[in-house]
Amino acid sequence: MRLRDRLRRLLALSHKESLQIVRDPSSQLIALVLPILLLFIFGFGINLDTARLRVGLVLEDTSPEARLFAASLFGSPYLDVRAGTSRPDMERELVAGRVRGFIVVPSDFAAHLKSAGEPAPLLVITDGAEPNTATFVENYFRNAWDHWQQQRASNQAKPGGPLVRLEPRFWYNPAAESRNYLIPGSITIIMTVIGALLTSLVIAREWERGTMEALLASPVTRGELLLSKLLPYYALGMLSLLICVAVAVFLLNVPFRGSLFALLLAGTLFMGSGLGLGLLLSTATRNQFNAAMAALNAGFLPALILSGFIYEIRSMPVVIRALTHLVPARYFVTIMQTLFQAGTIWPVLLHAMLYLVLASIFFLGLTVLKTRRRLE
Amino acid sequence: MPGAIIELEQVTRTFPRAQRPALAALTASIRPGIVTGLVGPDGAGKTTLMRLLAGLLVPTAGKTTVTGLDPVHDGTRLRQIIGYMPQKFGLYEDLSVIENLTLHADLRGVVGAERTETFQRLLGFTGLDPFQTRLAGKLSGGMKQKLGLACALLGHPQILLLDEPGVGVDPISRRELWQMVRDLVTRGLTVLWSTAYLDEAELCQQVLLLNEGQLLFAGDPAELRGRLEDRCLQVRQITGSRRALLARAVRRPEVLDGVIQGHSVRLVMRAGTSPPSAGDLQAGPGAQVVPVKPRFEDAFMDLLGGGPGGESALAQHLEERPASQETVVEAKNLTRKFGSFTAADQISFAVRRGEVFGLLGPNGAGKSTTFRMLCGLLAPTSGSAQVMGIDLKASPGRARQRLGYMAQKFSLYGSLSVRQNLQFFSGVYGLRQAGQRDAIERMVQAFKFEPLLGMNAEALPLGFKQRLALACAVMHEPDILFLDEPTSGVDPASRREFWMHINGLVAKGITIVVTTHFMEEAEYCDRLALVSRGKVIAAGTPDELKDQAASPGLPEPTMEDAFISLVQRQPGEGRP
Repeated sequence: MRLRDRLRRLLALSHKESLQIVRDPSSQLIALVLPILLLFIFGFGINLDTARLRVGLVLEDTSPEARLFAASLFGSPYLDVRAGTSRPDMERELVAGRVRGFIVVPSDFAAHLKSAGEPAPLLVITDGAEPNTATFVENYFRNAWDHWQQQRASNQAKPGGPLVRLEPRFWYNPAAESRNYLIPGSITIIMTVIGALLTSLVIAREWERGTMEALLASPVTRGELLLSKLLPYYALGMLSLLICVAVAVFLLNVPFRGSLFALLLAGTLFMGSGLGLGLLLSTATRNQFNAAMAALNAGFLPALILSGFIYEIRSMPVVIRALTHLVPARYFVTIMQTLFQAGTIWPVLLHAMLYLVLASIFFLGLTVLKTRRRLE
Repeated sequence: MPGAIIELEQVTRTFPRAQRPALAALTASIRPGIVTGLVGPDGAGKTTLMRLLAGLLVPTAGKTTVTGLDPVHDGTRLRQIIGYMPQKFGLYEDLSVIENLTLHADLRGVVGAERTETFQRLLGFTGLDPFQTRLAGKLSGGMKQKLGLACALLGHPQILLLDEPGVGVDPISRRELWQMVRDLVTRGLTVLWSTAYLDEAELCQQVLLLNEGQLLFAGDPAELRGRLEDRCLQVRQITGSRRALLARAVRRPEVLDGVIQGHSVRLVMRAGTSPPSAGDLQAGPGAQVVPVKPRFEDAFMDLLGGGPGGESALAQHLEERPASQETVVEAKNLTRKFGSFTAADQISFAVRRGEVFGLLGPNGAGKSTTFRMLCGLLAPTSGSAQVMGIDLKASPGRARQRLGYMAQKFSLYGSLSVRQNLQFFSGVYGLRQAGQRDAIERMVQAFKFEPLLGMNAEALPLGFKQRLALACAVMHEPDILFLDEPTSGVDPASRREFWMHINGLVAKGITIVVTTHFMEEAEYCDRLALVSRGKVIAAGTPDELKDQAASPGLPEPTMEDAFISLVQRQPGEGRP
């Protein structure tokens, strides 16, 4: 078979696919509108920095020191403090979910403060049902306490405050703004949606509408058929990637420190695994509804839950952690967070890219094996 | 056979989980340069055979040879010489006419000057030239079919495989397509045309008649018809009920098959018997028994061993409804628009009690839309529909209790068993406890469901699906029965059995409203409305409509002739 024939058929099919993308409003919605919508939701809607935690304060000591400490709590910009008089009352508030945690200043607070050497006991109770929030509450109380102690020390202008002081510095994301790492992660989700979900529909659609039968009866080869599906959707995915990065950098002011080359390379590899998954599912199901359901479960949900985009992989149980290695999105999240926050750090990037290459080979290879030149 | 272009030797194809092979040990040969009809009801194995020939399926056993090539091993070479049009035409609906053509031309290597010349020829040939930029999805069924044909004709195929090209296409377009195909054959092309319409078999030079995977006949359709020479007759000028006469006639041992044809009854005699006289049949004083020409369908029934004789067990137990002339279903200027498209346009008719009323027209004419409005499933944009004097807009629920509805494609629950389907549908219509049990028991008796009760509906043969759908629609003993394309695609024996039940119900005073695109089926109706492009273009008894189309050149027009001539008389009805 002549190369020119092959090339002409491939171009004809790719052209057809592109026309269908351009004419199908749902493709445009998924590829262009949805990414921007998601970016804004992740950029503005979801914010993991908890503002104004509602906490309780039980003041059992009425000494000036205790009151001063209480005042410092009330002055905190992060806490919304409601005061109570007894522990049982506050426990009820906690159980009812009206406070996220509470701090008890015991009756011997001032006495302990005065006797040097013995630390003043403070009781902090938090709602462990939401561990993230509980940690926040604990940290905020601790900060408030440190802060108060420092102030007290400097007010009294007497040496003997803490000899060592922690000065936290967050590298790569100095302001510790969650947006800066959520946006790179959400681009991963968007690319998964385009790669797996959109592509999962296209071969299934051809089966459903009977056009696949007409194609198979023509001289088209299996490779041409698959490539003609991959190329247009690859282009669409990369376009979407560039739009996302542009929106993130110029509209959402998320810094991007990596190189464009690394971004395009990583995007290509990740699209490879996503397109492979999508094509595999639609080849296997031959039904748009089933293919979309499978793509949501095999592509979108793992990318959301197991990629480390929202939930930290290190805090997952060992089994689940092992499972995350099978999710290509996990490596793309790493790449994107590196490129956005740290820069083009090749050792990190190459390691992740290797996994993406393997995933692409796996899914695309399986698709080629599953694709038959016949109806069965 | 020497000179054959396609040879089939003991070709068998089975599918996993199927109860019988889709094709069982088929041996036949197909001659070049003619139209060969692949004829049979749904599930006969037509599509499977087409796909085997196109190399899209591999036979389980046996050998196929197409121009000396094995479709399994020489697929690449075979695809160069075969043009294949799958069911539903295999077009991209979101591409325009010219884009569809260009795609197939690129795939088949039709380029340069050859492409320009081929496109010009095909666009002229199919009459699609003015519609080059129209999206394929916006074409009418007939135009889609012609575009599908044009795509299949690209790249000089020697063999053209057309899978049910007549489905979803109006009779006029169907005739035009036949004309085109004959044209192609004179230029040396071999055409394989699959169809469930038995009348199309008569247009082929050779047929392979299939039923449930078995080859019943291979050869010249005229030869098959010839076997029934002098065995077909028509009883005309009948006094009294022609349905009752049909029931009496098919009970006679010498009668092989019988159907209603307008005001007459057509009978096929068993070989070697003498026909009954009008008196034998109690056809009334003026009745005549006239010999008529055999049709392909008569021959098919002969091969199947005759139709179901006897009486409908379904109707037997039913109470007779009092006879009257009152109007029970009335459509007044029924109109339904979907966006800018008017699916039903000012449709009006009235149906009297105990009548069989038909809406006849091709797919997409607006029959089902009208039907859904009559059943209260779809609100009309304007106009009104009344059933038993109840306005469907005001109280659809009350009206629906009085009517039974059998939807297109027998909408049963495929994953429920026969018994569960019966239980579900009787429950939906408000039958409870003993009443429900009795109703289900009656249906099981009438349709002989006993051995099938535990089987899932989707696994039933088509004929049984149809029976089950009918059972589900009549369990609550409705006064009016709506049947939407009730016998589409089923074999003629099942169709006769179905109408035997319907005739039985009509004898008890139940009113039937039926839609069909089968011109033949229209003959069973007392009165008909012809629907074309959302409008009723003519109404009357089948004989009245046929008489309107009669001309010196065509003294005895068929229902299809009548339809075509009435459509063409419409103002502004030159070309689509």
